[in-house]
Amino acid sequence: MPRGPLALRAAFLSLVLFAAFVAIWHFATLPMGGRAAMDPEYAKLMGAGATHGKSAMPTPLDVGAAIVGHLRDPFFDRGPNTKGIGIQLAYSIGRVLIGFALAVIVGVPLGFVIGMSPLMHRALDPFVQVLKPISPLAWMPLALYSIKDSALSSIFVIFICAVWPLLINTAFGVASVRPEWLNVARTLEVGLWRRSLVVILPAAAPTILTGMRISVSVAWLVIVAAEMLVGGTGIGYFVWNEWNNLSLSNVITAILLIGAVGMALDQALAWGGRLVSYAE
Amino acid sequence: MRRLISVEGLAKSFAPRRGATDPISVFESVWFAVDEGEFVCLIGHSGCGKTTILNVLAGIEAASAGVVLVDDREVSGPSLERAVIFQSHALLPWLSVERNIAFAVRSRWPEAKRDEIRRRVQRAVDLVQLAGAEKKRPSELSGGMKQRVGIARALAIEPRMLLMDEPFSALDALTRGSLQDEAARLCVETNQTVFMITHDVDEAILLADRILLMTNGPRARIAEIVVNTVPRPRRRYDLHRHAGYYPLRNHIIEFLMERSQQVRDAPPADPRHPPVVCLGGIATPARSKLETIQ
Repeated sequence: MPRGPLALRAAFLSLVLFAAFVAIWHFATLPMGGRAAMDPEYAKLMGAGATHGKSAMPTPLDVGAAIVGHLRDPFFDRGPNTKGIGIQLAYSIGRVLIGFALAVIVGVPLGFVIGMSPLMHRALDPFVQVLKPISPLAWMPLALYSIKDSALSSIFVIFICAVWPLLINTAFGVASVRPEWLNVARTLEVGLWRRSLVVILPAAAPTILTGMRISVSVAWLVIVAAEMLVGGTGIGYFVWNEWNNLSLSNVITAILLIGAVGMALDQALAWGGRLVSYAE
Repeated sequence: MRRLISVEGLAKSFAPRRGATDPISVFESVWFAVDEGEFVCLIGHSGCGKTTILNVLAGIEAASAGVVLVDDREVSGPSLERAVIFQSHALLPWLSVERNIAFAVRSRWPEAKRDEIRRRVQRAVDLVQLAGAEKKRPSELSGGMKQRVGIARALAIEPRMLLMDEPFSALDALTRGSLQDEAARLCVETNQTVFMITHDVDEAILLADRILLMTNGPRARIAEIVVNTVPRPRRRYDLHRHAGYYPLRNHIIEFLMERSQQVRDAPPADPRHPPVVCLGGIATPARSKLETIQ
């Protein structure tokens, strides 16, 4: 192992682990057995899996080729079932961002009210406690029936799963603003609006950003399942479509891209959180 | 001197615990007054409700009984007339020093122009000798500097009265000493009316005109009012050379060590006129600054 800073050594270890994983994967998917004797017509129908003993699971090289193929031309559009993976991801990201934005618009102000008023906290708590643990997909039939549009329904599902962490974290952040900061505002006769914007919001901002980070992660988890259900477009639909096409290389490509996009969304909000954090 | 604040029959009690019938009384029948330009210290053991009394004066806590009058009008809430210096400095950690002070200045003069706000902030910063640290966040400052900002923020709004809740108790001894000297200087310079809570007998003798001694809680009350006869200007390093210093200090310490408990159990007959102690003899209530309050 190389000497040097911890980050360098960690990166080296990551590379070693990755190489080991790929090697195991490679050997596990090597073709087994020789060429079977069969009617050439039948062999053509059955494909290399039957004729060369090739594994049904794609090899690292298959997946590598699929990833390169997708990334080389991510935005083609040849009809409803043949869209580039970039377009599918863009649909999913768009839905998540719209649903998340709606959740922020509703969840943050409502969380503010709950956090500032013990009465509202007690009055709304039973609703929050019951609604929070419901799987967002359980709302789908209700959404489809009342909204009558599958794309909007998936946005609604994103909204409903993203709103709870935002609501709860905002309420917690607002309720746990240090009493002495509120007392400063009171002795300075600061009005409700100015107190909310200049004292409570900056004080609770790190907690609110944590809520946003949880929300966007949950939303990105849920969008894949929601799009499998409603179909049409999106990375979730793409995964299910490629499963029906029996193209596991494409499924694995999509899985990796889902992970990468999820990480990017999380890191963006982590960066936002660092902007509003403060040392006491 | 004009009377600025009078506290009349103040009491604080909490609902009884389960099983008990009587409410728990923290303090009761607290009467005193503060004149304009006067520096009054309140000394007592923990749990006698000192901070509650200050919070009631500030208007951020309600008493169970009694009233606080400012200029003969009842206090019903917080006011920019009475600035508070908190024990924990209570600066907003996401704002720089100058923006913490500007927050207070803008609250006091909402119509003020940017130039005027900057001028007032700078004057407050200079007053507490923090020039150069304006752009720093509170987390980058030492404890003493943070409390200077707290003092600057309170003075920047030009209040009629300063309320200080053990402002120096969280600081180390050296920093505390220099801030006490500075507080003494500021109070002489600005002739500020101050009500301060403290544990520190020397601090009270250095700063106060009168020292209110409080009995232990529960059912605490004002036991005595000690007039500080050590002449001004007082300085920390030669305070003890004054002939009146040790008798005064011994009197207060003896009260805190022994009599704070006895006096509570045998309270003075008239809580409106606690005995006034004037170095060497107990003054009669008639000579008290606390004249009968109608």
